Amino acid sequence: MRRFLSFRDFDWALLLMVLILCAISVMEIYSATLHTKYVGGHFNTKQLYYVLGGLLLMFIFAKVDYHKLLDWSPWAYGACIVALVVVRLFGQKVLGARRWIKIGHGMQFQPSEWVKLILILIVARYFANLGGRDLTWRDIAKAFALVGVPMLLVLAQPDMGTALTYSPILIAGLFLGGINWRQSLILVTAALVLVVGVWSSGKILKPYQKARLTGFINPDNDPRGAGYQVLQAKIAVGAGGIWGQGAEKGSQTQGAFIPIPHADFIFAAFSEEHGFVGAIFALLLYFFVLMRLIQNAQTAADLSGSLIIMGVVAVLTFQIAVNVGMVIGFMPVTGIPLPLMSYGGSSVLFTFLALGVAMNVRMRRFVN
Amino acid sequence: MAIYSDRFNRGEKLSTVKSAVAQYGILVLMLALAAGLWRLQILGASNFKELAEENRIRKEPIMAPRGRLFDRDGRLLVDNYPSVSCFLVREQNNNLDDDLPLIAQGLHLDLDQLKATLKHYRAAPGYQPIPIKQDISADEQAFVEAHRNELPELETIDVERRLYPRDGFAAHLIGYVGEVSDDDLNQARYAMYEPGQIVGKAGVEATYDQILRGQDGSRDVEVDSHGREVAYVRTQHATPGQDLKLTIDIDIQRAAELALGEANGAVVAMDPRNGEILALVSHPNYDPNAFAVRIKRDDWNKLITDPRHPLMNKAIQDQLAPGSTFKIIMSAAGLQEGVAEDMKVNCVGGGSFYGRFFKCDKHHGVLGISQAIPLSCDTFFYALAQKLGIDTIAKYATSFGLSQKTGIDLPNEMTGVMPSTKWEWKNYHQRYYPGNTISVGIGQGETQVTPIQLVRALSGIASDGHLVRPHFVNPNQLPAEFRTAVFDSFPGSGAKNVSLDENTWMTITDGMAAATTSGTAAAAHINGIDFAGKTGTAQVVGGGDTHTKGGSRTPNAWFVGMVPRRNPEIAVVVLQEHGDWGASSALIAQKVIIAYINKQRKTDHNVLDQAGAGDKPVEVGAVWSSPSEEAKREAKRGGKRDSEQAENSFGAGHYFLNPPPAAAAKDLAARQAPLLPLFAVPLRWRESLPNKDSLE
Repeated sequence: MRRFLSFRDFDWALLLMVLILCAISVMEIYSATLHTKYVGGHFNTKQLYYVLGGLLLMFIFAKVDYHKLLDWSPWAYGACIVALVVVRLFGQKVLGARRWIKIGHGMQFQPSEWVKLILILIVARYFANLGGRDLTWRDIAKAFALVGVPMLLVLAQPDMGTALTYSPILIAGLFLGGINWRQSLILVTAALVLVVGVWSSGKILKPYQKARLTGFINPDNDPRGAGYQVLQAKIAVGAGGIWGQGAEKGSQTQGAFIPIPHADFIFAAFSEEHGFVGAIFALLLYFFVLMRLIQNAQTAADLSGSLIIMGVVAVLTFQIAVNVGMVIGFMPVTGIPLPLMSYGGSSVLFTFLALGVAMNVRMRRFVN
Repeated sequence: MAIYSDRFNRGEKLSTVKSAVAQYGILVLMLALAAGLWRLQILGASNFKELAEENRIRKEPIMAPRGRLFDRDGRLLVDNYPSVSCFLVREQNNNLDDDLPLIAQGLHLDLDQLKATLKHYRAAPGYQPIPIKQDISADEQAFVEAHRNELPELETIDVERRLYPRDGFAAHLIGYVGEVSDDDLNQARYAMYEPGQIVGKAGVEATYDQILRGQDGSRDVEVDSHGREVAYVRTQHATPGQDLKLTIDIDIQRAAELALGEANGAVVAMDPRNGEILALVSHPNYDPNAFAVRIKRDDWNKLITDPRHPLMNKAIQDQLAPGSTFKIIMSAAGLQEGVAEDMKVNCVGGGSFYGRFFKCDKHHGVLGISQAIPLSCDTFFYALAQKLGIDTIAKYATSFGLSQKTGIDLPNEMTGVMPSTKWEWKNYHQRYYPGNTISVGIGQGETQVTPIQLVRALSGIASDGHLVRPHFVNPNQLPAEFRTAVFDSFPGSGAKNVSLDENTWMTITDGMAAATTSGTAAAAHINGIDFAGKTGTAQVVGGGDTHTKGGSRTPNAWFVGMVPRRNPEIAVVVLQEHGDWGASSALIAQKVIIAYINKQRKTDHNVLDQAGAGDKPVEVGAVWSSPSEEAKREAKRGGKRDSEQAENSFGAGHYFLNPPPAAAAKDLAARQAPLLPLFAVPLRWRESLPNKDSLE
């Protein structure tokens, strides 16, 4: 029943854009760590290995039928919950949060990144099973529970940034899965009430989290405290001007004024050294990647395939918006990496896996 | 194989409308981000470039090395040495607490103390480095170097640090330096200082801080966000502080320190001709080197709780009853008022005044002022005090600088107290009880003086009423505006002339000279030296006639001595707290004087103009070895008792022998001739010396 699968159907244009972004990433990581305390980490070479590993995984995942992945997803979901509980109890404590499991040789494993992929699959499976009919409140509640459980576990690590990236999966699922206007209006209102409630209760959010969330609004109020990172990132971006200060020449980047310039704030470093032109070029690449993915979703063989790709699009869009928004002062500092550019094995591997699944869907668009 | 997709509703597809909505949504989002980039990078570029530049460049001070201190002969007294301080730079996103145990271990710090230091600087801005250890050793420096990667927050800075003489030598006059305190910064004279700067805290270091400190330079350094230096942009070099030559003579200072020994008290040696302080000792002392680096809390507590007050400069801050040394001022008052000259008092071991019997320690019999001074007869001065009354005494005492600061160029000088009816009214709102005048007459009662006041007053009287401003730094070394600033900052009685009658001057100086030959300080007599002085055995409050040295009720032992008796070139005051008889202090002064004379004999090879006699310079040494025939004759004429001594003195040294008081007055004119070239009296005072015509 399955037709021959060819890599001719593989989305080479998408891959090209992705690889350009990866090349930018490796170069900027090299430049951004050149004169800082991170120079000993050889992050650019490590990133290169992650990208190569990611490519390999992507091709492997492209071959495995996504329906099989959907089949496995409940088991994977269960395993994820267990892993998150394990991390919560025994994880490596870094900067006051338990997010990592050590797997020898200085390698660390961050389960919360992988949960994203599993959630994309399970949500796609859930809504595809509903078959596009109008959602009842019961369906919506189930969807919330599906995403909410791992989200709360990650929030408890505490890793607010990653936990927040789970929400676009839910939103995309609800939106594409058939929620109606009335229901969404009620949900948005409920969400607003909840946010205000959580904020003013003062118990759920830790003070540093609150400070990070509000620091971006007026960083000048506290230039050495919570607003410091936002202010320094904004200065870096602004100092880049039209053409940028040149690779390895940005004073904010090289002087380590930008916090973690190779990871969360890589877009600030890139914008400083390559200016408005470079930043717009990178944004365009992201835009085309996302458009291409949506096109693939539209041509998918079935709803589950479309929903998987749209889940990937939702997560990537969310991450790009929040990360770039943070760098230019539109968004609070949440520690969400920029996909494909920020340094980090888990982040790179997740992105490539997600893309691999998307490719998978595309390659099977002519099935049936 | 049952595949999951079988259960899918194949008919359902992704809604094209919804996916289009998603596409447009992403487009809007991207446009918003692009707009944000436009705002920052196109519209705000110049502003942010400026901010980035401010971030990058930091002005870093280069500490100017402090000026060194020399003694009057140009010998080094206080030096600097290169030292390394360790600072901690707080980083963003870095949990310092984990590193603290390692830092504490490597730098040999107490962990709790280190934490306390960090806590103290908690409110300081994040970029400000916290000094955690000053003057680190070579192995601590190696520790910091070796842990550059693990502990990037540690930073070392080169500084020049003060090196003071060992064992607290001259500690009170030199003072010490330290970090400017918050209290200081609120004062006007510290207006130009910045927090964290090192300033003089006491002594000459404090007074001449602005001269010694120089001008700190600065370096524009390119730094990263942790304040680590990446590159130097431009450097403005520091101007080192000006070296200062003090009037101190290390030899005499050493003699004074040794002579005072372990006694609590003070010694000051001053040149009464110009007010230059040759030596100043206050004991117990402290080690200023301990202050140059951060002083340990325990050591500091020990210093401030010590009942002997090691931090107090007793020479200018100890206010005590002057005892019998005050009788010199009484004599000046009595003679100037014309009461004392012909006064005869019968001392029967005391006398009754205002219905009370006041004791004297001996039965002196009938005596006049010439005997009363050397013998320090209390009864005589009781009677004189009664005749003069408190306000006349106070008038003279004040004119000689008591109850006022002398204007010495050291911080925190004390004024002392001179009672008077006005003073009594001002402080106690009551009339002065005349009976109190009697004790004031012998320097007891409420009278309080500092050693520096006393030596200035008594040597001033011996210099025919020429009082000086004591000082450590010759003002000629200083810029004009700073000279006035010093004078303004240390107001006091200063340099002035009190006109004294010829007779007053003669009687008192001869009386003081007799004190060291046949009087109370006869034990301190120096063969062949015209040594004059006055002892004081000042009873303390609650004290009686206990004479155990060092006891809390034992009298304070004073002595003020000078050489020669008239127009002295050195005057020494010695105070031993609870030192018992003043005569014991006279022995200390004697040692200082001998050190001075020995030094003069060894080093004084200058060729002086023989005053008033011709154009040919005569080496003073030539005069020492063979005294003129005329001088020998004069000496013989002086009297049988002293002739032999005179002979010896002339052979031994160049100082004029100690003539009997009677001869002094009679043959004054004759004696002036050999005296003048021997003691280099400045020209302006020669006018005040009597000439032959006026006497004959």
